Amino acid sequence: MYFLRRLVLTVPLLLLISLLAFGLLRLAPGGPFDRERKPASPEIERNLARKYHLDESFILQYLRYLGVGYERDADGRRHWFEGGLVRGDLGPSYRYRNHTVNDIIAAGLPVSMTLGCLAFCFALGVGLPLGFVTAVNRGRWPDYVGSLLAILCICIPGLVVAPLLVVGLAVKWRWFPVALWTSPWHAVLPTIALGLYFSGRIARLLREGMLNVMRSEFITTARAKGMGESAVLLKHGLRIAILPVVSYAGPLLADLLTGSFVIESVFQIPGIGVPMVNSSLNRDYTLVVGLVLLYAALLVGLNLVVDLVYRLLDRRVKYD
Amino acid sequence: MKFPTESPFAWRRGLRHFYDRPSPARRGVWIAILALALACVFSTGCGPRETRADLVIINGMEPESLDPAILTGVADMRVGNALFEGLTRLDPRTADPVPGLAYRWEITPDGRTYTFHLRSNLVWSTGEPLRAEDVVYSWLRALDPNTASSYASQLFYLKNAEDYNSGKLKDPDQVGVHAPDPLTVRVELNSPTAFFLDLCAFSTLAVVPRQAIERYGDRWLMVQPVPVSGAYELRGWRLGDKIRLHKNSRYWDAANTHCEWVDFLPVSSPTTALNLYETGAADVVWDKDLVPIELMEELLKRHDFHTFPYLGLYFFRFNVTRAPFTDPRVRQALALAIDKARITRKITKGGELPADNFTPPGTARYHAPPGLGYDPERARRLLAEAGFPGGRGFPAFQYIFNAGAGGPASVHAKIAIEMRQMWHDELGIEMELKQLEWSVYLAAQNKLDFDLCRSSWIGDYNDADTFLNMWMSNSGNNRTGWKNARYDELMREADLQTDLARREQLFQAAETILAHDEIPAVPLYFYVGFEYHDETVLQGLYPNILDMHPINAIYKERSASLSKPRSSP
Repeated sequence: MYFLRRLVLTVPLLLLISLLAFGLLRLAPGGPFDRERKPASPEIERNLARKYHLDESFILQYLRYLGVGYERDADGRRHWFEGGLVRGDLGPSYRYRNHTVNDIIAAGLPVSMTLGCLAFCFALGVGLPLGFVTAVNRGRWPDYVGSLLAILCICIPGLVVAPLLVVGLAVKWRWFPVALWTSPWHAVLPTIALGLYFSGRIARLLREGMLNVMRSEFITTARAKGMGESAVLLKHGLRIAILPVVSYAGPLLADLLTGSFVIESVFQIPGIGVPMVNSSLNRDYTLVVGLVLLYAALLVGLNLVVDLVYRLLDRRVKYD
Repeated sequence: MKFPTESPFAWRRGLRHFYDRPSPARRGVWIAILALALACVFSTGCGPRETRADLVIINGMEPESLDPAILTGVADMRVGNALFEGLTRLDPRTADPVPGLAYRWEITPDGRTYTFHLRSNLVWSTGEPLRAEDVVYSWLRALDPNTASSYASQLFYLKNAEDYNSGKLKDPDQVGVHAPDPLTVRVELNSPTAFFLDLCAFSTLAVVPRQAIERYGDRWLMVQPVPVSGAYELRGWRLGDKIRLHKNSRYWDAANTHCEWVDFLPVSSPTTALNLYETGAADVVWDKDLVPIELMEELLKRHDFHTFPYLGLYFFRFNVTRAPFTDPRVRQALALAIDKARITRKITKGGELPADNFTPPGTARYHAPPGLGYDPERARRLLAEAGFPGGRGFPAFQYIFNAGAGGPASVHAKIAIEMRQMWHDELGIEMELKQLEWSVYLAAQNKLDFDLCRSSWIGDYNDADTFLNMWMSNSGNNRTGWKNARYDELMREADLQTDLARREQLFQAAETILAHDEIPAVPLYFYVGFEYHDETVLQGLYPNILDMHPINAIYKERSASLSKPRSSP
């Protein structure tokens, strides 16, 4: 019931987000058809505005975007809006006028998702063991080395890691291609560059989680009952200690799946991370709203999944 | 409490315990993660692995469109011209117009009527014959208000074209382009337009397929196969990835089209472009903005790095409606105090020419008159005459320029800082710098909401007109608030001339007003074009003033293998 209610609440939330994105963008100075070279006559600009309905009132533009409502032609006949958000049509891109927003998302999202999943797995694969080892060995050398590594991963941003990886592994030694997205080989460097930061965060989170859990009473009880240390750590400790990681992983995955501007531009990857940023710089209204909605839907959806996983891991958690 | 009580590596045994007795929930999570990872690897690995094209070109920004009527950028045009041809096309060496779809033409002595004769063997890439009606359709479509073409003005030289575009005139028959028979196009112009053959090679006037456009609307380029009139067919276009072209075997000059497959990569980072070129993933880099300025001195020493004069101007605008820039003496003083040679030597470094006027050297049918030059002494005198001796009492003012990722934006900042220093040292005046995000900068420029504003202009066709008519009072690209009746009159008179020598004189008189007397904007330098390509491997790519390079002329030396990575010098 709880999950169903949350699912239903998502709809008005997404509507509100679309309205905000739609409105805020129009408040920003400049429009989608501004160029360094202005069209030679004001009529040309009027033609553009008319074609993309930018000369209409804000409310009408939004209703047209949603695909709800109608307009009257010169003879007073009603024409119901076709397409629109309610029919899953996110409209034409104002910048890339031969493409629709659906075209752009359909081409870019699988790429960003693939890279995001790879980076997510990389982050978990490196971060979880690192966090566990540092917590279990608290105060010994594996802790110091591991924690240092984790801190380094967090402190050096992708903006720095990515070019360093390219210079070292791709330009100098030529183990990997420098950029582009045509074979699995091309995915290696971007995966590392994208995942490294998050592996550091996950390692830190798990370490803190483990240390906190090991101080709790039920662990002492387990030990008092004579349970083996390894069973205490893995069966009781890790299960609770991993919860902060799980709640972090939801938004993280949403973030990773929708692409990264830095990594995609350094490695020339055709995802949706670059359009996400450029569309707002270009005032490509429809593309911005489309991508914001996509991100919001993913975020809401993955948070729901996180709550489900919580319940599976920690039976003390109850939703009603 | 001591922790942990057992050996520090005891958790390893625990790990075994963990897998021995899996709980369904935990197992579910692990299986999900594992499946996700496998899915990823397979989705990148199992896709059709594309082979490298014969020619891979790094083309700069992602084209906004490949529809000739819609596109506006230089990068867009380079691809668009390979797909759709006009009545003329550009010569790869000189960028002069040479016969394209039309093999010959007649011009009446008054220069206002052109009769083009089409080649008789023209077909679309899909096999249908290409006729004169297709030319008429393409031009009228570019003018149609519903097409909303930003560059419709390239056709305003045609009779009644502007009225048709603005909707004042509904009947397309009144527009000055007709097809008296399937192989003839007759064009009537408003005035003798000396560069009309150049315009016929321009994208907006290219010939496009009526049926595909009427059937698929704005998405017509996304539905394969796209019928094309040019040397190459469009085989794929993914934003941010590549545009893939394949030779059009039905093109009239297919015998001289060399490369079978061509890829255009939209790379916007100069470093990535250089890395791709250095590792052999690309054959050509040909955008002037794709050169890392920090490496310019190194690059200039290389045999595969080419620079050449380019029809482009870097300048800044005054807002002449704001005091004290209402006074031409103040504008002259500021212009005279800028050591432009220092800017090209210290900042841009690519061999750019300091600009003293608005039309670049090498412009066809034209020699520019002298401008103001560099004379700080005279600058101080003029400023004193205007009421600001030694810069005293000069109000604070602002210089706006655009920010952005990549190389060229930092050049704007460096030039701004250099000019501020020059004006401070020579004239004793203080300038504030303001960097704006691109759209905000354009909006400020359009609304005339600035004191001084960085700008640039790239010539559309090789004629002085493209650099001078923007300063007429009614031009949307004036954006300085400057209006001069004498200038407008000279420009209009030049437009009506059939005598090219007289036309040049009128243009020179106009440019003298602009660059010497009134100076509503200050030219700083003329751009140069930059390219990386190895001439021992790649042939048919010539530097020219428009920086346009027809793809069909480019070929590779047979002996050379391009997949071999190059080593840096």
